[in-house]
Amino acid sequence: MALARKALFEAKTADAVARVGIADLPRGGKWISEIRQTALMRLHAQGMPGRRDEYWKFTRPDDLASRDSIPAKLLVTDEKPMFTDIDRLRLVFVDGVFDAEQSDPLVEENLEIETLAEAGARDIHWARDLYGVLVQRGQSPVDRPFATLNTAIAAEGVVIRVTGKVARPVSLHYKRKNAHSDAWLHNLIKVEIGGDVTLLENGPAAARINTVLEVDVADGGAFHHVRAQGRDHERRATTHIFARLGTESTFKSFTLTVNGALTRNECVIELLGDDAHATVAGASVGDGVFHQDDTVFITHDAINCESRQVFKKVLRNGATGVFQGKILVKAGAQKTDGYQISQGLLLDDDSQFLAKPELEIYADDVACSHGSTVGAIDENALFYLMSRGIPRALAQNMLVLSFLAAALEEIEADPLRDDIRDRLERWVERHHA
Amino acid sequence: MTESADKVQVKEGVDQDTVDAVQSVGEKYKYGFSTDIEMDFAPLGVNEDIVRLISAKNEEPEWMTEWRLAAFRRWQQMEEPDWAMVNYPEIDFQDIYYYAKPKSMNIKPKSLDDVDPELLKTYAKLGIPLKEQMILAGVEGADGVPAEARNVAVDAVFDSVSVGTTFKKELAKAGVIFCPISEAIREHPELVKKYLGSVVPQSDNFYATLNSAVFSDGSFVYIPPGVRCPMELSTYFRINAENTGQFERTLIIADKGSHVSYLEGCTAPKRDENQLHAAVVELVILEDAEVKYSTVQNWYPGDEDGKGGIYNFVTKRADCRGDRSKVMWTQVETGSAVTWKYPSCILRGDDSSGEFYSIAIANNYQQADTGTKMVHLGKNTKSRIVSKGISAGRAQNTYRGLVSMHPKAKNSRNYTQCDSLLIGDKCGAHTVPYIEVKNNSSRVEHEATTSKVDDDQLFYCRQRGIPEEAALALIVNGFAKEVLQALPMEFAMEAQALVAISLEGSVG
Repeated sequence: MALARKALFEAKTADAVARVGIADLPRGGKWISEIRQTALMRLHAQGMPGRRDEYWKFTRPDDLASRDSIPAKLLVTDEKPMFTDIDRLRLVFVDGVFDAEQSDPLVEENLEIETLAEAGARDIHWARDLYGVLVQRGQSPVDRPFATLNTAIAAEGVVIRVTGKVARPVSLHYKRKNAHSDAWLHNLIKVEIGGDVTLLENGPAAARINTVLEVDVADGGAFHHVRAQGRDHERRATTHIFARLGTESTFKSFTLTVNGALTRNECVIELLGDDAHATVAGASVGDGVFHQDDTVFITHDAINCESRQVFKKVLRNGATGVFQGKILVKAGAQKTDGYQISQGLLLDDDSQFLAKPELEIYADDVACSHGSTVGAIDENALFYLMSRGIPRALAQNMLVLSFLAAALEEIEADPLRDDIRDRLERWVERHHA
Repeated sequence: MTESADKVQVKEGVDQDTVDAVQSVGEKYKYGFSTDIEMDFAPLGVNEDIVRLISAKNEEPEWMTEWRLAAFRRWQQMEEPDWAMVNYPEIDFQDIYYYAKPKSMNIKPKSLDDVDPELLKTYAKLGIPLKEQMILAGVEGADGVPAEARNVAVDAVFDSVSVGTTFKKELAKAGVIFCPISEAIREHPELVKKYLGSVVPQSDNFYATLNSAVFSDGSFVYIPPGVRCPMELSTYFRINAENTGQFERTLIIADKGSHVSYLEGCTAPKRDENQLHAAVVELVILEDAEVKYSTVQNWYPGDEDGKGGIYNFVTKRADCRGDRSKVMWTQVETGSAVTWKYPSCILRGDDSSGEFYSIAIANNYQQADTGTKMVHLGKNTKSRIVSKGISAGRAQNTYRGLVSMHPKAKNSRNYTQCDSLLIGDKCGAHTVPYIEVKNNSSRVEHEATTSKVDDDQLFYCRQRGIPEEAALALIVNGFAKEVLQALPMEFAMEAQALVAISLEGSVG
């Protein structure tokens, strides 16, 4: 019995080892080389996820874990990129590599910003105490080998220190030229006491992209994040956010996912200071054989914190929507207010919604609610609109957009929300029945 | 070792339940006594010889022995599951007696005077009315005693054997078969062969497979087409002997258009060692038939320090095979040190429906991981889940469930509501629902909340002079009312009392 388990484990580890050896690790300064080697050792112990892993019950990790990425055609579109009209500090990555020429100068008030390549080249850096640390904290109770792997081998990304309120959002704009690109990005953001920053991410990053975003928000700090994942149909993405929140701090992240062969977005948040707030929200739309997985794990380990998870998924023509959400309330985390809602709207019979909205609670004076619903368009609502002269297709589009609206409401800044809404409206128009 | 906390003599008549219920409020685990009685044991441990021995003791035909051996061989290849949110020391499956039978059952007693007085006393203490008691103790001829206005036919399983089944004649008149499964294997092999293992296959899971190999007895029910069972059926499980596991198997077949309500109760003595109970319940429900299955699970939960108690690892599943068939699981879980139990519904027939109502109460160091699976396969199938988990002391209570709408289960519906209540800050409440929807004409709704006993409600009651403990019981009962209402009358009273018992001393 034990032998079978061991064999399985060894096979998984061997697979991981086959992909990476110490020699494959990127070159860098002392601090980052040590962190990368430690991560690699850890990966050897963890192995890569297999189909039988409970945490991968709804999403097959094979294409993410395979040695070579599957080529993905580039999407040809005349659509103007997201956030174009927003005044921002723009950093451009092409196939996962920083492009200084296309990027703005890395200068901004209340901000220290470097590329990972620059920061990693030094022998000592403040990021030493944080880089890979939040990833490591997020490995319990569930292993997240793709994040460990990223820590070991990612050579690109940004390292940001926020010392006050930053006027313009920092924007990571991803572009693709290569149908075979297999990219690894690791971004680190340290929001110091009273710091306040918004991070934007958009664009098709690579045929296969693995990202890690580590965010440490100190007391009273605020971090806002709005992300639009590239809608190039064949790309595969596995993304991770690891956040740690101090007293009275705020963390808000929103992700728009449109199509994509495979998307797995993991978000791991620890509320460690009292009165902190975290929101993770997402709207995803899929029309075709696409797979969109949002996996969230929020740990309450302080008093009087609030967390919100709001996910809406519209699915059609073989699309699969997955939501795995968890609220863990540790002993002593009294007065926790945990909210979680996940909803799937199935526009036809070929699509599916799979959810696991989980609670684990060890404190008695808390209120944790979670809800999950799945169904088709409400025929009564449709009839109501049509009886008022609205054509069926338009009425359906209106209902789809209103279904998604609650997730969009979680975005604080109006211009960003409008941009996302605009994008969704056009998607719905393009894809109406 | 005989414990005498319960000095009340059982009186004749149906109101005894009420008397017990009222008296039991505020008492500790009152079924914790043990009966000093001579037993026949199989040798310690499990192997193919033990499986053959159990089969031989039950005078089983060859096919049954082979069925058991196949299960045993499969079990040896299996691993104990570890995904549930429960922790307990490793079980030594070779340190358990798999068969224990009261010696006095070797020769059937002829009259009340011949019945082992200890066995009699056991039934008295468990609150079985006297007329049934005579039959339960295996007295021949007692079947002739006229039935009460509201009767419950009882099959009593004591350790590894069924010691008696009441009202068999009355039931036979309606064509209902209600007997120990050991008897059914001998006397109704065609039914057993056809249905045994058809809902929970031999290789279903670790504990069910073990059960398939070593089950010693249990109840068998067959309701013929169109028959509404004239009375409620009930099985009372009692673990008595030390170091003994109980592995009972229940098989209920509701033929086309039939109807039956089945109750199940269970208790065990207080002991410092943990004891294993691994049962399998299979329900086969054909067209237009309806089964209501109610459980009050009150196995010994261990003492206030978490010492002793039953490990209750149970597989219960209903197969709604026919169109418009219906099943309702109702459970009140207050006992056991560790519970691992997911009564499930396979909604195969079109328009079939499944309901699951559960209250799980965990106190002291109890751990409960329980819930249900609703597997929608047929069109227009409906399911409803109402689960209430209450944790107190250092207990952990987990709801784990699955709602699955297969692509062909068009126009199906599920509604799930699971609430958890925590009493004190050292316990835990967890919810692990799985939702899988693979067609768009179905609708699934899941809601869950975890909350504390409302201080305002508690204050309101205290202000009106209700003692704190009584107030707490009142609030929790209100919270659990939805589940209790689904119980048959006999159990509703008992369950209310159990809610109060389990919450005793937990304020603080």
